[in-house]
Amino acid sequence: MESAWSGGGSPFAMGSKKLGMWLFIVSDTLTFSALLIVYSYSRITNPDWPRPFPIHPAIIFSTTMTVVLLASSLTMVMAVMAAQRNDRKKTVMWMVATMIGGLLFTGLHLTEWFNMITKEHFTITGNPEGTPLFGAVFFGITGLHMTHVMIGVIYLGIVAVGYGRGKFSAEDVEVNGLYWHFVDLVWMFVFPLIYLMSVKY
Amino acid sequence: MNTHAHVEEAHGASVGTNIAIWVGLVAITGLEVFLAYEELQPTVMLTVLVVLSVVKAGMIMSYFMHLKYEKFSLVLWLVPAMIFCIMMMFIFFFPEAFRLLQMRPH
Repeated sequence: MESAWSGGGSPFAMGSKKLGMWLFIVSDTLTFSALLIVYSYSRITNPDWPRPFPIHPAIIFSTTMTVVLLASSLTMVMAVMAAQRNDRKKTVMWMVATMIGGLLFTGLHLTEWFNMITKEHFTITGNPEGTPLFGAVFFGITGLHMTHVMIGVIYLGIVAVGYGRGKFSAEDVEVNGLYWHFVDLVWMFVFPLIYLMSVKY
Repeated sequence: MNTHAHVEEAHGASVGTNIAIWVGLVAITGLEVFLAYEELQPTVMLTVLVVLSVVKAGMIMSYFMHLKYEKFSLVLWLVPAMIFCIMMMFIFFFPEAFRLLQMRPH
């Protein structure tokens, strides 16, 4: 048997696409980590950091968003499992369900943004409750995450159509799944640190 | 060249295990929201939330992202480097954070 380290093989026993996605995930993790550390700096230096999220409705609303995103991760797991069984119809069905979850999350998030901007006057440059830095941090981090979700929905659409037509393989679905779970994973840090640490009592 | 080789080896957990992990993730999220409702001290709250988030990240990476079922060399290749980079950001964070805390307007 050829040694894994002799070149030409695949030392991690996986295809190049999957390995590439893992590398992207590591680099994107560092992007989000840097942003969350920027948030920590901004927060620690500003005693008038706003706490704009009352339990009802803001935290209940963002918890619903979290559960929707988690649910879309479960449907993605089902899609990957169906793809590994070569069940093309079920794979596409679960991928469409994942896309619906992603769109629902984006819709809820945009509703929240819209309410904050129009009703509570929180914008990227200022707000009535404290340091204007809040807007830059909040809309910057949640906006970058939402961009990832929207790109994920487009990515899912392309792979679902391609896989349904037999153009893409089960590995492509799995690589798509890695990206989608990563987006969910990032939210598992954004939700507690941005929302639950800024509850208005 | 065998870039697509061994792909079929990447079998993950069963449906039941994945659903159990999902229920666990929702339960931890529920616990986090409950703690927010309980109005803990900010430092205690931050510590608990970061620990719970790392646990959730571990569950997602291990099961949903199949890292538990990949070659261990992949984990060794990716995870320590990532943690090292995040730690480097934190090494610079703490002294600066304490200095800034002293300097901030009261």
